[in-house]
Amino acid sequence: MTPRQRLWAFLAGMAGLAAFYLWGLAGLPGLGNYPGPYGFIINQIAVRQTNATGVVSAVNFEYRGFDTVGEEFILFVAATGVATVLRHLRGERDRPPRDEAADRRVPDTSEAVRMTALILTGPILLMGWYLASHAQTSPSGGFQGGVVLATGFILVYLAGLFLAFERISPVDITDAVEAVGAGGFAAIGISAVVMGLAFLTNFLPLGITPGAVSSSGTIALISFFVGVEVAAAFILIVSELLDQTLLIRQESR
Amino acid sequence: MQVFPFVVVAWILGVGLYGIVTSRHLVHQIICLIVVQSSTYVLLLGVGYVTGAIAPYFFDVPVHTPAVDPVVQALALTDVVVEAAVTALLLAFAVQAHKRFGTLDPQELVQLRG
Repeated sequence: MTPRQRLWAFLAGMAGLAAFYLWGLAGLPGLGNYPGPYGFIINQIAVRQTNATGVVSAVNFEYRGFDTVGEEFILFVAATGVATVLRHLRGERDRPPRDEAADRRVPDTSEAVRMTALILTGPILLMGWYLASHAQTSPSGGFQGGVVLATGFILVYLAGLFLAFERISPVDITDAVEAVGAGGFAAIGISAVVMGLAFLTNFLPLGITPGAVSSSGTIALISFFVGVEVAAAFILIVSELLDQTLLIRQESR
Repeated sequence: MQVFPFVVVAWILGVGLYGIVTSRHLVHQIICLIVVQSSTYVLLLGVGYVTGAIAPYFFDVPVHTPAVDPVVQALALTDVVVEAAVTALLLAFAVQAHKRFGTLDPQELVQLRG
């Protein structure tokens, strides 16, 4: 198919899509007139039922908890998939990072970038921890916090310290941490089954003050495990991709 | 304007799809896929929006204050996570395709296989 034919096929498809989109849009109640009732009902009962003031987290880790287990395992499987796809192929070997052109010196990472990255690492790790542990209160949770936590590690690489990045996040340990995060979520769900409740029933005490760190029972605990899993998954994915560019080379080409 | 967010959805979806179809580089194509998926965030949040309502967080706010639909917001979160997972996998495939075929142009890749 030539590019021109492809473009015409695309335009024909887009015309059909536009027709269906407009048809669907005509049936919507219009912006701002959300008809409910599910969103309104959950907004009314979630704080009373779970003692979590962040209703989105309550939906994710309580009402739709079963879906979120699947969602977390999508990320888990993706990280495993990246590691599998980027495994050492036949004829590939590790080699230490070195300059490609021997006659040209690669400039070091500038002091400004290095200082900024190193200064930011601590606060970003703290921020990630704060987000991962406050799902029940505010617009945060394990997914957001985990990504921010991973960013803290990746900043070390950005500071020009690739070997330090490899040292603080060895693949074996990152793998194990990821498995603990993913397994922890499932284990909380199964603990409820062992107690004779339904899978992922909120069996922990809900605390007294809505939105306090100690409130909301399993929501806070699940969010913590999700944060650990997401952080490990992202560190794993990034370090696999970095290994490709920096370490692994083909024998002959 | 009542339909503005839905126009934005159509625009983001359209430019993303156009990019995928005309792309000459796999990484560019993957980024176009991210753009396509971004349109779903706008759509989800637009569907659950309630005029004059607050975000569904009731910290320091009376519980009966009208709030937007939290279910679509949770779905948008799922959407973001799936997008990150899909992007990571696709980038890994792009790395291997470059190693195997020495090119990242989707149109040349088709010819090589044929």
